[in-house]
Amino acid sequence: MGKVIEIQNLSFTYPDGHKGLSGVDLVIGTGENVALIGPNGAGKSTLLLHLNGILRGNSTVKICGLAVEEKNLKAIRKKVGLVFQDPEDQLFSLNVFDDVAFGPINLGLTESDVKQHVTQALQWVNMSSYEERSPHHLSVGEKKRIAIATVLSLDPEVLIIDEPTSNLDPRSKWSLVELLNTLPITKIIATHDLELVRALCHRTVVMDEGKIAADGKTEDILTDIPLLRAHGLSK
Amino acid sequence: MKHSFIDEYSHLNSVIHRLDPRTKLIASLAFILAVMLTPTNNWLVFAFYFAIIAFMLAFSQLPPIYVLKRSLVILPFVLLIAIFIPFFREGEVAGSYNVWLWQISITYNGLLVLTNVIVKSWLSILALILLSSTTRLNDLLKALRQLGMPQVMILILSFMYRYIFVLVDEVMRLRQARDSRNFGGSWLHRLKTIGHMVGTLFIRSYERGERIYAAMLARAFDGQVRTLYQLSFKRADAFFGAAFSLVLVLPYIIRL
Repeated sequence: MGKVIEIQNLSFTYPDGHKGLSGVDLVIGTGENVALIGPNGAGKSTLLLHLNGILRGNSTVKICGLAVEEKNLKAIRKKVGLVFQDPEDQLFSLNVFDDVAFGPINLGLTESDVKQHVTQALQWVNMSSYEERSPHHLSVGEKKRIAIATVLSLDPEVLIIDEPTSNLDPRSKWSLVELLNTLPITKIIATHDLELVRALCHRTVVMDEGKIAADGKTEDILTDIPLLRAHGLSK
Repeated sequence: MKHSFIDEYSHLNSVIHRLDPRTKLIASLAFILAVMLTPTNNWLVFAFYFAIIAFMLAFSQLPPIYVLKRSLVILPFVLLIAIFIPFFREGEVAGSYNVWLWQISITYNGLLVLTNVIVKSWLSILALILLSSTTRLNDLLKALRQLGMPQVMILILSFMYRYIFVLVDEVMRLRQARDSRNFGGSWLHRLKTIGHMVGTLFIRSYERGERIYAAMLARAFDGQVRTLYQLSFKRADAFFGAAFSLVLVLPYIIRL
């Protein structure tokens, strides 16, 4: 099994002195579905931003064997599809087509390739007829799907999603879970939603205060009530 | 939440909608220029230009009431600027009034100029409504880009249009939260609260900007803006362009 993500002893301090991450070690292999859970402010989002070099800490992060460095950024950002929590931030174009095409165009693909990638990505998320719609008119569930399509169009090797089910009603949530289950790709999902974790991920990493508190099989971690309670994940 | 959009009817499919955005943009600007250059008292020519625009509005399938309402929005602005013209023009006096210490008088010449300003701006706004209601903003921006407007301006306009409604939503939520907590008190206190709201809104927009930029970077953005051009200049555009320019200068050919 190849390694998609290798992180050794990663620490990160925000410019205001606030400690974001300290001493994180994490290896994720090809094809794994990993959940990243933890209380608010545990450092989940900060960790995700390190996985495609938007933030860079003081240690080695390797993505598909490539070190996260200035010269590799473009290659890494093609391999890592990062979906942000608020689709309002992710979708910044005036219509869905332009948003989904944004990544492929930046990679310098030809016009027909770009169109093909967009069509394919929208097909994966079942939103084929939405090309000409404006993001502002979509429902939250639709926005989330389009947001996922905007990174799928880059043909990534790993899909990283921050809080995919926040603000979704149960029906949209379960249809999203179904969609994510059908995508044959390595997935890392940061969330508070333990139902989602149970339905999607075989491995779970618990984070708290910028450190990894536990890492193991989902069924073991989700049944360890004292552990969950200690990290604010159970009442 | 539901907002009004400047390109509300741009999804219709009429002859005018199907024209290339560049053709429409240039035609609109030419129309406005022609209206502006028409001499003050040439009412026949104004009537002729109104006929042109009315004719095209009819073709565009836009609801007339909608167009009329939209076009009236411009009047307060025009009046605000132009209302003093009748008082300052020299010429034959139409009416003279005593206001406290001053004597002010309105001249026929001034009234003529005022009417003229109103008619010209109304005709121009009709042309712009026709343009913006029959062209998707996205296409309009692409047209502007291809006609040589700097990319930075296009980006600013595009982001503005995308996020203005998100901001309006945010303001409405802030206001609802404020009013739910019995907003009131002294004048100074209220002013302070509004100041805090404006500040909050600024910081939120700033942070949103950073998140959007991160989302752009995550999709291989490297500072270079690239777009696919999907505009096509068709034969209909050539016909329309030629016919429209002919019609614009027609009043001068036949010496109306």
